[in-house]
Amino acid sequence: MADEVILLDLWSSMFGMRVRVALAEKGIEYEYKEQDLRNKSPLLLEMNPIHKKIPVLIHNGKPICESLIIVQYIDEVWHHKAPLLPSDPYQRAQARFWADYVDKKVYAPGRKIWATKGDEQEEAKKEFIEILKVLEGELGEKPYFGGESFGFVDISFVTFSCWFHVYETFGNFSIEKECPKLMAWVKRCQERESVFKSLPDEKKVLEFVYFLKKIFGIE
Amino acid sequence: MGEEVKVFRTWSSPFALRVVWALDLKGIKYETIYEDLSNKSPLLLQYNPIHKKVPVLLHNSKPIAESLVILEYIEDTWKHRPLLPQDPHQRANARFWIKFGEDKVFPAVRDSLLKQGKEQEEAHEAALESFKLLEEELKGKKLFGGEEIGMVDIALGWLANLVSVLEEVLVLKFIDEHKFPLLSAWMRLFADIPVIKQSWPPRDKLVTKYIAIREARLATN
Repeated sequence: MADEVILLDLWSSMFGMRVRVALAEKGIEYEYKEQDLRNKSPLLLEMNPIHKKIPVLIHNGKPICESLIIVQYIDEVWHHKAPLLPSDPYQRAQARFWADYVDKKVYAPGRKIWATKGDEQEEAKKEFIEILKVLEGELGEKPYFGGESFGFVDISFVTFSCWFHVYETFGNFSIEKECPKLMAWVKRCQERESVFKSLPDEKKVLEFVYFLKKIFGIE
Repeated sequence: MGEEVKVFRTWSSPFALRVVWALDLKGIKYETIYEDLSNKSPLLLQYNPIHKKVPVLLHNSKPIAESLVILEYIEDTWKHRPLLPQDPHQRANARFWIKFGEDKVFPAVRDSLLKQGKEQEEAHEAALESFKLLEEELKGKKLFGGEEIGMVDIALGWLANLVSVLEEVLVLKFIDEHKFPLLSAWMRLFADIPVIKQSWPPRDKLVTKYIAIREARLATN
């Protein structure tokens, strides 16, 4: 009996990308359905009635929402290949802690860097760089956040890397300069097929942000 | 085999209570260390350098921070008396509601305490909207976990005592028995479970604490 796997997503969403990377790591075949968030499909509203957001994974007709919850679900169901979370409880807790840190901290200041200006933008930029430095500290000398293997924390954060060009352009700074080890990690991750096939081109993302700023009237 | 389990908490932290409940439900013995957050101990800062908060669980000298991360750790480590369902889709659903509690319910209730005027009204509205969704989720169930307490009940358990405290402090109704009959019944049932009941912080102290927090916040505005 074949599994039916559908992903409701938006090409530019760093949250949707997490699911794409996880599915690719596990070699799972699925149908990708691009969503228009300004004109939400009946399927999206049916499958995520509470938040009406992407990503949503639909597995044999049953929906799973919230990107990191979806990634854990994928890891539990397709557990025989490419484990995304460590098996040791303490290591799992560390992975959850850092994925949670990424989830709580990175998005908001990142968004402010391109969506605001003046003092608000400067503050957001400072905060963003600080957060990246904390993450770089946690990475240390390891090839991946998970150690030798690419895993949960890497997936939770690497999807922001295609947005780095946006933050650097609007914030006028270089992430390579501020966090060289982190950029080395980004490059290492981008060599993985699951990552380079799941993340859009950073120039496309930048174009998209110019477009967003225009339609939302953000200067 | 002696396992060293320690819990760093404050007398009132609703997040730390989650850890206490999970350990007590699983019958795990632990030592409690009370922190004074205005004067954090070197140990706390060593064990939770990133957030510098309680709760922290120390297990065989290894620290775990963030209450929901700790709950998952407890579940992974002590597999008896499970707090999450076995089925992956049901587990995902449980995690969804735990996250909903953190992302929607808690901030709305917190902002109802900390804000005033229009902002407080909006926070209060948002809280009521979130309760409606919890009420829906409880249909056909006594507890979020079904017949027995699960991780969702533990994660949302702060509602069962703090809501009435904040209703008194703010003179504002959150969970009306008639509007939210299932949620009200859940709060009563949860609060009375012996393992839960024995650990509630003293109510009068909580009222005093939250009055002070609100006054301090209003004074800085």
